[in-house]
Amino acid sequence: MASNDTNLTTRPSVAVHTPGTATGAESAASVMRLRDVSVYYGSYEAVRGTSMPIQQNQVTAMIGPSGCGKSTVLRALNRMNDPIPGARVSGDVLFHGQNLYARDVDPIQVRRRIGMVFQKPNPFPKSIYDNVAYGLRINGIKGRLDDHVEEALTQAALWDEVKDKLRKSALALSGGQQQRLCIARTIAVKPEVILMDEPCSALDPIATAKIEDLIFELTNDYTIVIVTHNMQQAARVSHYTAFFTAEVDEQQERHGRLVEFSQTGKLFTNPADKRTEDYITGRFG
Amino acid sequence: MTLTKNPPAAKPTLTQRGSSALGDRVFSWWTLGTGLLVLAVLGLILITTVREAWPAFDAMGLRFITERVWDPNPATGDAIFGALSFAYGTAVSSLIALLFAVPVSVGIALFLTELAPRRLRGPAVTVIDLLAAVPSVVFGLWGILVVAPALVPFYQWMHDVLGGVPLLGRLFGPVGSGRNFMTAGLILAIMVTPIITSITREVFSTVPRADKDAALALGATRWEMIRGAVFPHSFGGVVGAVMLGLGRAMGETIAVALVIGGATNITANLFAPGNSMAAVIVQQFGESTGTFTAALIGLGVVLFAMTVLINVFAQVVVRRAEARMKGSVA
Repeated sequence: MASNDTNLTTRPSVAVHTPGTATGAESAASVMRLRDVSVYYGSYEAVRGTSMPIQQNQVTAMIGPSGCGKSTVLRALNRMNDPIPGARVSGDVLFHGQNLYARDVDPIQVRRRIGMVFQKPNPFPKSIYDNVAYGLRINGIKGRLDDHVEEALTQAALWDEVKDKLRKSALALSGGQQQRLCIARTIAVKPEVILMDEPCSALDPIATAKIEDLIFELTNDYTIVIVTHNMQQAARVSHYTAFFTAEVDEQQERHGRLVEFSQTGKLFTNPADKRTEDYITGRFG
Repeated sequence: MTLTKNPPAAKPTLTQRGSSALGDRVFSWWTLGTGLLVLAVLGLILITTVREAWPAFDAMGLRFITERVWDPNPATGDAIFGALSFAYGTAVSSLIALLFAVPVSVGIALFLTELAPRRLRGPAVTVIDLLAAVPSVVFGLWGILVVAPALVPFYQWMHDVLGGVPLLGRLFGPVGSGRNFMTAGLILAIMVTPIITSITREVFSTVPRADKDAALALGATRWEMIRGAVFPHSFGGVVGAVMLGLGRAMGETIAVALVIGGATNITANLFAPGNSMAAVIVQQFGESTGTFTAALIGLGVVLFAMTVLINVFAQVVVRRAEARMKGSVA
């Protein structure tokens, strides 16, 4: 049942949430929980029957071959599938025990509490400063905007590189800097959970390493779910790993499915499922 | 270095040009030619119109654009040709048109790109494009027979309510026949809405999904997403669309000639009759001779110059605004 302090149905005028203080009827360690979640595009069931927890202040990785539905599940966690025509979710996506797909839940409020960083760095065609300030402004956080922007950029390990050119276009930054700017923009509104959809797939190895370090830092304050097609990355940055694969049913339709969820160390060294073992040893996918 | 000692066998293939080179050359000449053709036509129009208008320019000098009197057949003395009243009419009616057309067009375009159900989009676009296909004389006749008389009571009411307000009231002065700046502006607004809508719609639809997702993922409402992701991305394109609409409004001839009232008049009162440059040309060209004809062509030159100036100005505005909004790239 929903706890009192996690009201997703209304938009507070000023909502500065302090991460890491979540309470709820769920076990204190899991901030989110998927219970038999299936995602449909029209009549096509893209992912079926996924159940797993998202542990607080931990990094949960989702891995698996292309088309296994890992990104689809990720986008279901903050209702980013909503704008896609025909997309539908069944089952429960619980956030502090409250189902995100309940009728009275406001998706706007959900996304403010559960932010997202995308595969391709997508800063707005605005200045660096305005990129970070955008989320603060729309959430009605007034005054000391400069402080908030600096704080977010610092947390994203970007401040030193951009502090002298805050009014310059964000599009003039390198790809890795752009992605860290996108992370800064996300953490500026202080969500509890940050979803990352293959955040390094468009970046070179050095920029990737910086983002990975950053992810590790961010777990002090945030809960992170990261989709990656890079198994080494999952092994490096995550505490828990979910392995998805694609199954072909009798009608020759492919459905994504969660095969195994466990602590990252265990999943990579001693997987319970044969399919997981085949994947991580490079035998398929 | 073994690489440099490679036999030169591979070398000729780098300089050989296949048949594709001919296609490239034809293509580049063709595009260059058409590009130059446009410039040549523009230049020729300018040169010939200025030459034809020269007797009037010569007689009036700079007064041609500063004089508000237009009297081709005075009882005594020389004819007076001043374009100012008509330039004013062109500007006022076009501004009114944009004032109404731009918010409406942007609204329709946003509805079609962001809100409308997919199956409604096609038919809606067709209807709007059909609006663009209606001949302007039809708009004019509709304006003079239906719109103008129908609006008179409304104008009268506006005059009664707002006429007494200091300064603002001057815009809503005494109402005559209903053929006036305001009616001309409203008819023009309807005429330019399709073009502005269809271009803004194109521009909005080029906003990357990623930008919109970024805004939504930060907890933006649909309107906040539009303001944060769609508008900054499309500002230049929307201004371009508005400029095309403005060009059409300023150059519109027959519809304006029918509804603007046909008076040589500079007044703040939007309910007073006036005239525009394009309308005057079409009204008076048939009965003109000599310097009078030259003066009418001169109006065309002034209209042409105004359009060019406004477009240049708009480009400067876009560049400045984009630099401010997007941050300087360098």
